[in-house]
Amino acid sequence: MSFWEYVSSRHDQLLTDTYQHASAVFQCMVIATLLGVLIGVVTYRSEWAGSLATTTTATILTIPSLALIGLLIPIVGLGVAPTVIALTLYGLLPVVRNAIVGLRGVDPALVDAAKGIGMSRTARLLRVELPLAWPPILTGIRVATQMLMGIAAIAAFASGPGLGNEIFRGIASLGSANALNQVLAGTLGIAVLALLFDAAYVLIGRLTISRGIRA
Amino acid sequence: MPETSGNTAPSGASIRLENLTKVYPGSTVPAVENVDMEVQAGEIVVFVGPSGCGKSTTLKMINRLIEPSSGRIRIGDEDVTDIDPVGLRRKVGYAIQASGLFPHMTVAQNIALVPKMIGWPKAKIKNRVEEMLDLVGLDPAEFHGRYPRQLSGGQQQRVGVARALAADPPVLLMDEPFGAVDPITRDHLQDELIRLQHELHKTICFVTHDFDEAIKIGDRIAVLRERSHIAQFDTPEAILTNPADDFVSGFVGAGAALKRLNLTRVRDVGVVDFLTATIDDPLESIFDLLRSGAHNELLLLDRNRRPYKWLRRGDLSRAKGTLARAGAPVQHTVTRDATLRDALEAVLTDSSGRVAVTGRRGEYIGVVDMETLMNNVQEMLEEDRLEALEHQHQLDDQRARQTRQEQEGLGGPAASEGGPA
Repeated sequence: MSFWEYVSSRHDQLLTDTYQHASAVFQCMVIATLLGVLIGVVTYRSEWAGSLATTTTATILTIPSLALIGLLIPIVGLGVAPTVIALTLYGLLPVVRNAIVGLRGVDPALVDAAKGIGMSRTARLLRVELPLAWPPILTGIRVATQMLMGIAAIAAFASGPGLGNEIFRGIASLGSANALNQVLAGTLGIAVLALLFDAAYVLIGRLTISRGIRA
Repeated sequence: MPETSGNTAPSGASIRLENLTKVYPGSTVPAVENVDMEVQAGEIVVFVGPSGCGKSTTLKMINRLIEPSSGRIRIGDEDVTDIDPVGLRRKVGYAIQASGLFPHMTVAQNIALVPKMIGWPKAKIKNRVEEMLDLVGLDPAEFHGRYPRQLSGGQQQRVGVARALAADPPVLLMDEPFGAVDPITRDHLQDELIRLQHELHKTICFVTHDFDEAIKIGDRIAVLRERSHIAQFDTPEAILTNPADDFVSGFVGAGAALKRLNLTRVRDVGVVDFLTATIDDPLESIFDLLRSGAHNELLLLDRNRRPYKWLRRGDLSRAKGTLARAGAPVQHTVTRDATLRDALEAVLTDSSGRVAVTGRRGEYIGVVDMETLMNNVQEMLEEDRLEALEHQHQLDDQRARQTRQEQEGLGGPAASEGGPA
């Protein structure tokens, strides 16, 4: 059976896997973004809190994904839970780091001006600092998403959703007729998804970054 | 010469600083020590002094961007030392160096910030934005939707001032607002500020390290030395002609007579009418004017009545009947708010020996010539000299009286009278 024959005969299954893969990455990215920006906002003003946040999230990233998911299974069980937790944790670092760098990079004169015209601390953050730090934060989100695309494949190890299942099934049945096709379909699917997400981010950037600060 | 008092009631509020002191944590020497100052409603007071003298710190204590360690701040009748700083700052305009515009907001959004925060209705804000842009000399239709990076430095600074004034605060604080623009633009912006103040009568505190700038725009100048100690707080005229001590005279620098030219404006000297013709007039009538006039020159105006060319008798015959090539284009014009120094500069560089004075939209009003300038400057210097002399006598008098009081009962020789007989 050629690769294309395989794809057309299994397209239902493949589409479901692709959808679940994308959906898992997307949802985890939303959580990671909210959490990451929040951590950035809380820590960027203090030198040590900022480095603590960056170091912690960087340390998480050094844990091999297979090991992290493996470690999570006894705690939260199989399926969606370990996948979401692992993906969210891995997605944090780029977001947290770029949020801190971005917020610290806002011109102090502008913060001074915001204060001087009578903006409260919250208003300063929401209307001046975050919008100005948004381009680097979005870059962080983009990098994190690319990373999560690959890591999400490992989630199948814990019976998680997504295209990883194709790859694992293929590897498990190496030598059988469709083994190579399965691995290939899973891998290519992830690559295509990654490209689509990236395109989406370019669009989001266009829509959300003010024309006044767009490069 | 006393500053021309405004004919409308000031919309500003007075500011009183009482024993204002700032000691930064971890430092034993105060950055600002015991500043006592009263700024009257509707006047521009310039804080001038060397770098690091605490002038900026003093200014930032007025809107409590820097909290004073001790002392009180009063704006109008209200003690604002302990009120909510956010609310206070919405009532005090604040303009800083390099404009401080938010780059991700349009010009209109930047200007609308404070009115929005204090809850003006949308329609009112919209009108106000247009009004402010017009006030600072930017065409609302053109600049409304632009982003700060699409503006020149001078335009950004104008928008910065518009933003500071948008909610109509009685008090305006300006922290070296024109420090980051080129000298020519700075000159324009200073003129604009003076014109604006003629219309608005705000109470303005202005920080600069440029003494010439201080002279040009200040109603009164506070010369500050280290720790914001007030070395002299007086009108520019008094500081120029009668510096309190070596520190002040060092700061005034050389050329006090020339600087004096910065203190008088074209509107204060005689702007005289001059022979004019417009570009649409028939050639013959221009010819006749030139022949019959007292001068052998006339000023040609364009269709908007703006000065266009200086035309001499000989020019017309040489130009073979067309105006296009005749005469010398007008290089410089000054507004009525321009200083005599600007006027002198223009007179010296323009070949005609006089400079055209224009109104707000560049339309012709009259001319100022060398003779008028010379006469005025001489009068002015003479007046200053007499004033300084009188001041000196008063000081001597005072000192003599003091000495006498100190010596009273001791039977010492009476101090000689220094006053005029």
